[in-house]
Amino acid sequence: MKLSVLVNEGPYQHQSADSAIQFTTAALKKGHEIFRVFFYHDGVNNGTRFAVPPKDDRNITEQWTALSKEYNLDLVICIAAAQRRGILDENEAKRQGKDGHNMADGFRISGLGQLIEAGIQSDRLVIFGD
Amino acid sequence: MPMLHTVNKSPFERRTLDTALRHAVKGAAILLIEDGVYAAFDGTVVAEKVKSALKDHKIYVLGPDVAARGMSEHHVIDGLQVVDYGGFVDLVVEYDKVQSWL
Amino acid sequence: MAEPWEDDELEGPVRKFMYVNRRAPYGTIYALESLEVVLIAAAFEQDVTLVFMDDGVYQIKKEQNTEAIGVKNFSPTYRALEGYDVEKLYVERESLQSRGLTVEDLIVPVQIVDKDQLAELMEEQEVILSF
Repeated sequence: MKLSVLVNEGPYQHQSADSAIQFTTAALKKGHEIFRVFFYHDGVNNGTRFAVPPKDDRNITEQWTALSKEYNLDLVICIAAAQRRGILDENEAKRQGKDGHNMADGFRISGLGQLIEAGIQSDRLVIFGD
Repeated sequence: MPMLHTVNKSPFERRTLDTALRHAVKGAAILLIEDGVYAAFDGTVVAEKVKSALKDHKIYVLGPDVAARGMSEHHVIDGLQVVDYGGFVDLVVEYDKVQSWL
Repeated sequence: MAEPWEDDELEGPVRKFMYVNRRAPYGTIYALESLEVVLIAAAFEQDVTLVFMDDGVYQIKKEQNTEAIGVKNFSPTYRALEGYDVEKLYVERESLQSRGLTVEDLIVPVQIVDKDQLAELMEEQEVILSF
C-alpha cells in the first residue's frame, strides 16, 4: 500500500519524530511504499544538519538521511515553515541572501502543495505530532 | 471499514482520549501511542472508561511505548491488544483512514 | 467541451479532505499554519471541509485584537475562505456550548453539528488533516 507520513514536531523535544521513524521503517520493511514524508510546523527542524546531539544519543536527522538513502525516501520540508525557523538549503540561502545553509542530505525543500499531493496520491496519511 | 484513531496524550493530563472516544463511530479502532499508552492499564481512574469503550471499539496499545515507560504488558486491561510498530502499520492498512488526535 | 489535452491527467482525482482545527490561535502556531495549508490546498480543487472543535472554535471568535501582543491578527483570513471556494465550515455544538459561545460570536457563517454528526462526517472523508 502507498503511505505518506506527516511530521509536525521537531526532533528531541517531542517523541513524534522518533515515532515517525519507527513507523516509516516498519512500513518499508513490510514492503509498503512510502510516497512521501512531509515535515511541517517545528517538524522542519528534523532537517538541520547542524544539530549535534550527545554521542550516546540517537541522531534523528542522520536516521532520516540513512532511511532516505536506503529506500530512496522522499523527505520534503515545507518551505514556508522552514523559512520562519531558519532551515535553508543552498538555493534558498542564496535567494534570501543568507551566509549559510543547514539542510541535511536526503531532504528537499518544497511547498505545501507537496503535502496536499501526498494526501491525494497516498492510500493513507499518518500524522505524528504533539 | 471505519477509521483508526490514534491518541498520544496521557489521559491524566489531557482530554484527547475522551475526544477520540466521543468521535469514534461503532467499529472504529483506537490505538494508544507515546504518552497515550498510560490509558491502557488496570487500576487507574480511567480504566473503567477504557473497559466500557471496548464494547464498541477494538483498542490497541503500542508495546514499545509501554516498555519504554517501565509499564508492564501484564497490567494492560483485558481485551486491549498490544502491537509493535509492524502491527501499527497493519492497523493503518486495515482501517480506511487514520485520525491522529494530537 | 473539454479539449482532449485538457483531460484530468494533470488534475488527478478529487478527494474528500477534512481539516480538523482543535487549537486556539496565538498560544501556539498550529492555527495559523493550518490555515496556510487550507489556503494552499484550495488551489488543488479538492473537496474541502473545515471543522472547528475543542479550542479550535476560538480561531473564529469575533473581535480578535492582537495589537498589544505584537502578533498579526489572522482571523480576517477565515472570511476570505469563501473566495477560495472553501465553503463547508462546520463547528461542533458541544465545543461551542461548553465554552459559553454561540454562532453570534463567530466571524464566519458556519454549520453547527453535534458530536455524532461530526463523527459521521469524519467517516465520510478520505483524508483527515488534524492540527
